[in-house]
Amino acid sequence: MTEAARTTIDQSEVDRFSALAAEWWNPHGKFKPLHKFNPVRLAYIRDKASEAFGRDPHAQRPLEGLRLLDIGCGGGLLSEPMARMGASVVGADASEKNIRIAETHAAGSGVSVDYRAVTAEALAEAGEAFDIILNMEVVEHVSDVPFFLSTCASMVKPGGLMFVATINRTMKAAALAIFAAENVLRWLPRGTHQYDKLVRPEELEAPLSAAGLAVTDRTGVFFNPFANHWALSADMDVNYMIIARRPA
Amino acid sequence: MKDATLTPDAAQFAAKPVDDVLIAGGGYVGLSLAVAVKAAAPHLSVRVVDGAPEGAWKRDGRASALAAAATRMLDVLGVWREILPEAEPIKRMVITDSKTGDPVRPVFLTFEGDGADGSPFAHMVQNVTLVGALRARAEALGIAIIPSAVAESFCTGPHQVELALADGSLLPARLLVACDGVRSRLRQSAGINTVVFDYGQSGIVTTVEHERPHEGTAHEHFLPAGPFATLPLRGNRSSLVWTERTEDANRLIESDDLIFEDQLERRFGRRLGALKVVGPRRAFPLGLTLARAFVAPRFALAGDAAHGIHPISGQGLNLGFKDVAALAETIVEADRLGLDIGSLSVLERYQTWRRFDTFRMGVTTDVLNRLFSNDMTPVRALRDFGLGLVDRMPKLKNFFISQAAGEADSTAPRLLGGRPI
Repeated sequence: MTEAARTTIDQSEVDRFSALAAEWWNPHGKFKPLHKFNPVRLAYIRDKASEAFGRDPHAQRPLEGLRLLDIGCGGGLLSEPMARMGASVVGADASEKNIRIAETHAAGSGVSVDYRAVTAEALAEAGEAFDIILNMEVVEHVSDVPFFLSTCASMVKPGGLMFVATINRTMKAAALAIFAAENVLRWLPRGTHQYDKLVRPEELEAPLSAAGLAVTDRTGVFFNPFANHWALSADMDVNYMIIARRPA
Repeated sequence: MKDATLTPDAAQFAAKPVDDVLIAGGGYVGLSLAVAVKAAAPHLSVRVVDGAPEGAWKRDGRASALAAAATRMLDVLGVWREILPEAEPIKRMVITDSKTGDPVRPVFLTFEGDGADGSPFAHMVQNVTLVGALRARAEALGIAIIPSAVAESFCTGPHQVELALADGSLLPARLLVACDGVRSRLRQSAGINTVVFDYGQSGIVTTVEHERPHEGTAHEHFLPAGPFATLPLRGNRSSLVWTERTEDANRLIESDDLIFEDQLERRFGRRLGALKVVGPRRAFPLGLTLARAFVAPRFALAGDAAHGIHPISGQGLNLGFKDVAALAETIVEADRLGLDIGSLSVLERYQTWRRFDTFRMGVTTDVLNRLFSNDMTPVRALRDFGLGLVDRMPKLKNFFISQAAGEADSTAPRLLGGRPI
């Protein structure tokens, strides 16, 4: 990278997650909410990608042959399932420690993922291109969201998809996703999310549109405390996901 | 044959082949789980290890009542067509309550039984028929069933579990399911404790032949020592579940035929003419054994290993099939999402799904048993009043019928509704 190169890495965020690296695969550990959240987002990605690429979502490997980038892959909670569903996966994370944890785990699981301790900027600079890019629970941890998104968007192949999942910057999100989750329910370590780093849907959609992608779907994701599980919802005030597609 | 299932894979890979789903227990719970998973996800390797020697299942003289939900599941699994010609529909259930010697038994409750779809609410099926059909289906799907393989213990690593058999061999898998019965060794190996209610009662199980046809009617008599149930089998035969205090039960099965048949007739009555015992007599200790947890990392309990239940309401097998339907759906859905099928976060879904229902059913059955195995006059008056009340209240009665048919649960797994996974 040149001196003038812009970076979207927020070093304090990288350090925070590196310190928790060993916890990634413990379903009752610090990342328990992600484990609980995983099935609903995996099903959403699988079903929407199958629809876009004309696949049968119940096939053994519905994403076979698709090149997928999991940006901010952490311990590989998404990368491994995506690889099992047939995608050839590049898992990228700014934290070396996360990448080592993810590599060790994938080797033990017998799943093949190309893990790299690399930034989105470096991948884009190297001319990488993908059918699917996953930006799941990442944008609220980067600096310079518009630049980060346009960098990622530049790697989406024609006809390809970008998934973005994050937390909305609303009072409801501040109450539920930060105050309740970190202080009352103790789902997340304190300081996991900062209110002013949360991102509104229009703040995602503007840079994506500018980069030539069209938003094709939006959905809220809501936790039902009585059923103790997450489900898709029309309410985008707290957790939400959007899909943008580059025209073929 | 059985060696052939082990060697080719071992030769192909340096490491031992790792099964996706390894099932300990070759009874109807283990077999139906194997079939349900393999039918929905043929790419998963499924293996069944059975502690019993080759062919031992053919000597099981017991019969089971299959609720409508269970028959729907067996239909989806492709075995009900084989079983149906051998199954005896239960068209009516008559529940009576009296002292042993009472000549006339007032009928308090009759289930003129139809499930929601107009079919009989239960079928009586010989275990031999059920297990035989499931084994044939499992073999057709390419599932290895290994006899004389006694599952002793297991240890869990981060990515796989290793099952140790009594002969010292080790079988690695991504997920181990214990369907090894109420005294499950694997449950102990997992360190999962149980809550045990010991009633000091045993159920005498046998088959009787009677002069006149039973017309598809099941009887349940609540006698002071516990329930005495007759369930219609093919022809002029009925299956018997006869509850006595354990010492009395043991004495009865060892007594000579004359004494046994005399005692039997006092309880059965003469409404179907002369009686003859045609099957072996066995006594099974009754109790309620509930596992405190149904899952651990890479490990799940199903059937009696999770909940050995008093047979008073005939729910043991049907609870087992509910486990199968929920666990198979959990495994297959997780696999379709690319999740690790043995991970605790996946298995917890199964546990949440089943534990409440099992606990409710266990407690209901426990309360029923305490209420009915009792000769105190006030208790008797109270329950007679209660049963009479149920008969006069169609809604409450429908609730009981739908419970008996396994239809009450709105969040029921797909297989129980007759839909594939």
